[in-house]
Amino acid sequence: MSEKKKFERPVIKKVQTGMTNKFGTRTEFDPITHIDKVPVKELIEKHGSPLYVVSEQTIRSTYQDLYRAFSTRYPKVQMAWSYKTNYLDAVCRVFHQEGSWAEVVSGFEYDKALANGISGEHIIFNGPDKDEAALEKAITKKSLIHIDHFDELYSIIEIANELNITARVAIRINMDTGIFPQWTRFGFNYDNGEAWEVINRIMLQEKLELIGLHAHIGTYIMSALPYGVAASKLANLAASVEKKFGHNVKYIDLGGGFASKNTLKGAYLSGTDTCPSFDEYAEAITSALVRSEIKPEHLPMLILETGRALIDDAGYILGSVIANKRMPDGKRSMIIDVGVNFLFTSFWYEHKITPAQSFSHHTEDTIIYGPLCMNIDIIREHITLPPLKRGDHVVISRIGAYNMTQWMQFINLRPSIVMIDMDGKAHVIRENETLNTVKQNERIPEHLTDINKK
Amino acid sequence: MQIKKNIAVSDSGFVFDPTSGESYTLNTVGVEIINLLKAGLHEDEIKHKILEEYEVSASAYDKSFIDFVAMLKNYELVEYAD
Amino acid sequence: MKRKIVVAVTGLNNTDNPGPGIPVIRGIRDSQLFDVRIIGLAYENLEPGIYMHDHVDKTYQVPYPSTGSDALIKRLEYINSIENIDVLIPNFDAELYTFMKSSKKLLQMGIHTFLPTLEQFEERHKANLVEFGQKYEIDVPFSTSIFSEADIYSLPNSFSYPVMVKGKFYDAYIAYNAEQVKMHFNKISSKWGVPIIIQEFIKGTEVNVVALGDGTGQTIGAVPMRKQYITDKGKAWGGITLDDAKMLELTRKTIKATKWRGGMELELIKTNENRYYLLEINPRIPAWVYLAVGAGQNHPEALVRLALGEKVEPYSDYEVGKMFVRYSYDLICNIGEFEKLSTTGEL
Repeated sequence: MSEKKKFERPVIKKVQTGMTNKFGTRTEFDPITHIDKVPVKELIEKHGSPLYVVSEQTIRSTYQDLYRAFSTRYPKVQMAWSYKTNYLDAVCRVFHQEGSWAEVVSGFEYDKALANGISGEHIIFNGPDKDEAALEKAITKKSLIHIDHFDELYSIIEIANELNITARVAIRINMDTGIFPQWTRFGFNYDNGEAWEVINRIMLQEKLELIGLHAHIGTYIMSALPYGVAASKLANLAASVEKKFGHNVKYIDLGGGFASKNTLKGAYLSGTDTCPSFDEYAEAITSALVRSEIKPEHLPMLILETGRALIDDAGYILGSVIANKRMPDGKRSMIIDVGVNFLFTSFWYEHKITPAQSFSHHTEDTIIYGPLCMNIDIIREHITLPPLKRGDHVVISRIGAYNMTQWMQFINLRPSIVMIDMDGKAHVIRENETLNTVKQNERIPEHLTDINKK
Repeated sequence: MQIKKNIAVSDSGFVFDPTSGESYTLNTVGVEIINLLKAGLHEDEIKHKILEEYEVSASAYDKSFIDFVAMLKNYELVEYAD
Repeated sequence: MKRKIVVAVTGLNNTDNPGPGIPVIRGIRDSQLFDVRIIGLAYENLEPGIYMHDHVDKTYQVPYPSTGSDALIKRLEYINSIENIDVLIPNFDAELYTFMKSSKKLLQMGIHTFLPTLEQFEERHKANLVEFGQKYEIDVPFSTSIFSEADIYSLPNSFSYPVMVKGKFYDAYIAYNAEQVKMHFNKISSKWGVPIIIQEFIKGTEVNVVALGDGTGQTIGAVPMRKQYITDKGKAWGGITLDDAKMLELTRKTIKATKWRGGMELELIKTNENRYYLLEINPRIPAWVYLAVGAGQNHPEALVRLALGEKVEPYSDYEVGKMFVRYSYDLICNIGEFEKLSTTGEL
């Protein structure tokens, strides 16, 4: 008997006049059957669906690409891995192996960095919330404390005097770089002279060493130019410090905020086309520093806390089709097992969602819902997809940033995370949760132990 | 249930409805089913033919057929004999 | 003898709000230098140019710019393997960015373009117009970009109504109060995304220049025009070439300062005090370019020559008082053509 033909759900689609049709998008949907040579099907069979996948290969090559872009243009470059973007130990350690320091914004993250083997001197402590205990630890361990507000400055002065240890501090500076919105809520303002004022106070303190200057101008900055503006403003301050106090700051930290290749909701063009390259960011920043008033022999180290742009591409979430539904208006909807609680970036990205198996080029405009029993659980409002059937798999790309830290255990348990190593071997780097994961921290008051008694 | 008589289906899967002036495209299985419907075959006969020809389970076919027919109804391409 | 070349053109939407594709094609077809085969590149299946076989020899559908350049390049590789394209002229604002980003890859395929640089393209963006005016000392209306509805209520006090509400790529509406701004904001942003540009409304006569820069600062051609009648979409229905030295000077100044590369249209407002405000630089040939051809300056032909790397002498003259009057025309075609395009993507 001859082999039977591959079946695809029968589809009829209205020819839209004056709108995109299948030729508009067909090539977007080459299936993703493998990640780093490991079959998607096999990953799901072994580790369940949904499943987060992290590519070590992509982390390393992206890191090296960024490092090359800056280090070929500037003599001293140091990366600091932004823990909040993805603080899975395995992920952090790949960055640390590549040479990254740690950039943390809480006592919890600070301890996580220490536990990953980073020495205190290589931890940058950022953010508005550093409690006394964390500050004490950071001062003792000679960490780089980036001061966010006056209250913190005075806490540090007190603690440092008490401990009789010199605290190594930098200040976070906000400024007008020509972009909107301006992140004025963090740090001290450059343009109204506040930052200069703080620097003067620090320089008068015996137990504080002004070691660096820091700015983090925003997130998802689609242009390299504002970084040039920020770099030259920080360099101006550094030059003023040199002139007035004869003191040279050791580093200038431009923070993070580089865009990844995701397409923002509301954007017309694809993020893969509009996202500036690492070289463009590097050119803007390094040329501003080199051109500045700082004497060449005192050029400070350049620190970057790039998070999103380093990890987004390395992360995937694999999912499965739960059901297809036809809406009353004829529009097709598809429910998958990935909800917004595991992919909250779907609130602002048009995530790239690709079938994991081959298909014909017939496609339909589809709305993708997550599995939560919640009206807001929408992964894509419009996507052109071929017909998929229950149990088919999809690959959601570029989700490595924030989704594995800002995820929520809600309605269902959080799934496993695997990392595919350089040799194409998959390792579980975080086990899937069980009922016990959720229950272990719960406590039941005595009078509620027996539900049959009142 | 049958496909309206004046509906034209080309080999390339292009459907023109002269009543509404709308046009549609079909994928391969869609063309096949619509042609069988036009030829006057009963639902069960069509199912039998498709299951014989394609690698698909009866239940998967049934689900896809229900959806397909719903779309044909939605587009008003079918009519029912009294 | 005329040289045989293949030119691919987008913007075949010769509708009541026409794209420049067909006028560009007419210019090239008028050329005494070239014997041209025209390949139409269409996004939508009812772009009239697809069915205008006197103008377009063959049309292929191409993916929308929003799909990303990879998909576009893939499709163009296929088309080029059949057609051997010499020059490609994109005519939509929304696609220019993608084509500029892809121009090196296109050249490797043997396809020449003649487009502004990304820097030129970015700095003349409506959202950057204020800085552009400062940098090159050209009068521009005050404007600001907004990203959300909430921003409407925190607009600087310097604005007084009415204001112009403009999309990043297309669409411009006049609004007399915040409610109208909001309405236009939603309408435009749903189509073209953010930012939306809020621009000071300047009273005066709208005048335009079609021009071509060779990329070194030299103006190859420039023809000023006043719209004589404007449709409800703000498009010229009729227009007439002007003898206006100030407009030409402003054009040359702009091209020289920016070293503009490619076609462009300057939208200007001439106030009653005889001041010229630059409202917009459209970074491509405008739809009324055939008026320039009729007045003696064949910009599409010159652009093709520049794209092919030829040295082109600047036009020094044009006929003043030439007019264009637009008309519409009902083409008759068969559903078979529509079917062919819809199922194969080619016609």
